[in-house]
Amino acid sequence: MNIAELARHGKFVITAEVGPPKGVDLREMLEAAEVMRGQVDAFNVTDQQSSVMRLGSLPACRLLKESGLEPVLQMTCRDRNRIALQSDLLGAYALGITNVLCLTGDFVALGDHPQARSVFDLDSVSLLVAARKLQEGIDMSGNELTGSPEFCLGAVVSPGADPLEPQLIKMEKKVKAGAQFFQTQAVYEPERFEHFTRAVAHLNVPVFLGIVLLRSAGMARFMNRNVAGVHVPEALIEEMENAESRARKSVEIAARLINEMKGMCQGVHIMAIGWEKRVPEVIEAAGL
Amino acid sequence: MIISEAKPLPEILGYLEGEQRVFIVGCKGCAEACHTGGEAQVVEMKGQLEAEGKEITGYTVVDFLCDKALVKLRLRPHEAEIVSADSLLVMTCGLGVQATAAVVDKLVHPACNVLNVGGARGEWRGEERCLECGDCLLDYTGGICPLTACTKSLINGPCGGAKDGRCEFEPDARECGWQRIYERLQKLGRLDKMSIILEAKDYSKMRPPQNLRSTIMWALERKDKEPVK
Repeated sequence: MNIAELARHGKFVITAEVGPPKGVDLREMLEAAEVMRGQVDAFNVTDQQSSVMRLGSLPACRLLKESGLEPVLQMTCRDRNRIALQSDLLGAYALGITNVLCLTGDFVALGDHPQARSVFDLDSVSLLVAARKLQEGIDMSGNELTGSPEFCLGAVVSPGADPLEPQLIKMEKKVKAGAQFFQTQAVYEPERFEHFTRAVAHLNVPVFLGIVLLRSAGMARFMNRNVAGVHVPEALIEEMENAESRARKSVEIAARLINEMKGMCQGVHIMAIGWEKRVPEVIEAAGL
Repeated sequence: MIISEAKPLPEILGYLEGEQRVFIVGCKGCAEACHTGGEAQVVEMKGQLEAEGKEITGYTVVDFLCDKALVKLRLRPHEAEIVSADSLLVMTCGLGVQATAAVVDKLVHPACNVLNVGGARGEWRGEERCLECGDCLLDYTGGICPLTACTKSLINGPCGGAKDGRCEFEPDARECGWQRIYERLQKLGRLDKMSIILEAKDYSKMRPPQNLRSTIMWALERKDKEPVK
């Protein structure tokens, strides 16, 4: 069963994020995934996150697969046109990778190659449409494929966006376009998440709550200033600031947030950003 | 000169679905020269829409629709006719449609596709831009071009990168184009337009046919470069 089916069968799905290296030494990424083996249903592999050039998501997914872990291929529209994206979708399937998260992608100027030409030939909605067409055995131009892939398609949504309505409209389009599950931007405010889940209940699609482990009060403030749709309440920042052990406090806060919100969603997506070895503690503390 | 072509009538009728009363705006500039938005085409369109059961509350042909200040001035005498209409059909380039949308609180529908601006920017001094995409999307976005207003040229709604209505790229300088589109459609009560899934853009339409590139200057330059047979 893929992660969307698991969620539909009532399993509380746990996904976690790992990031490929800038370079070819994959030990750190594979070790991070190894720590979570058996605790996580699938591993998202980022696609040159924040527009920083790194080893690709597709080969990293394949390496996880070879070590017996289930990957989720993240695909952005930033660097590839429709020819390359469709080709990589076919390639992913041929390599046994069937979970695909379709994203727009950050703008190139935010990363470490601001000189690059940005692509955005497709957007997250038309990428989902393209993937679904491939499943039906045709490409975007209507040409027939020899053998068609099967995917479990996912998309993202930002429950903390203000205003929320444009996000909801786009989420609905993504569902119509074929998204079978959603992973959310990091959420630190259960009330806001509840408001969001009520607003999307009619879509009847599994939603996995996004959790980013707080590493420090400074990181929380940085996200509040710079990351769209993320708001860490002052009380949590203070907790981090006064904590004797930041790591223990981080785990405690993440577990508490999951506990408060797990009844409102079908899974959780944990983004540890370097603290992957803490993820099993979070899962245990949250009673998952 | 900005080269435009008329959108097919069925496409325009699709835009007008559910609407009864329409005000038509033409342009005496490039659109008249292209036979896509001069007085003759405006009157013809009026007849075609009436034959489809629409009521035309009025029409006008403005000297240069790409000049926002002029548009406001020229539309003022028609205020009552415009207010009583459900929407406006604007028969000119993307700049003219955006200029009209910028001064009228009604939904505007584009009647043309721009094939080539030939390097010209019209009489335009505003911030609106036309990408000459050959398949104008302004109907779906309240008259704000998603290709030029959104840093990523997204056509199906905002990415998750905007914060406080500002773009993730150069937030001090750039508004989120989709925030503007959302606010505009919300104000017009037409958020239904934002729910329509737009197919991936056909960028081949941005490569205009050779004959349209044949401005006199282009032809002369080209001729000099081609070997004598």
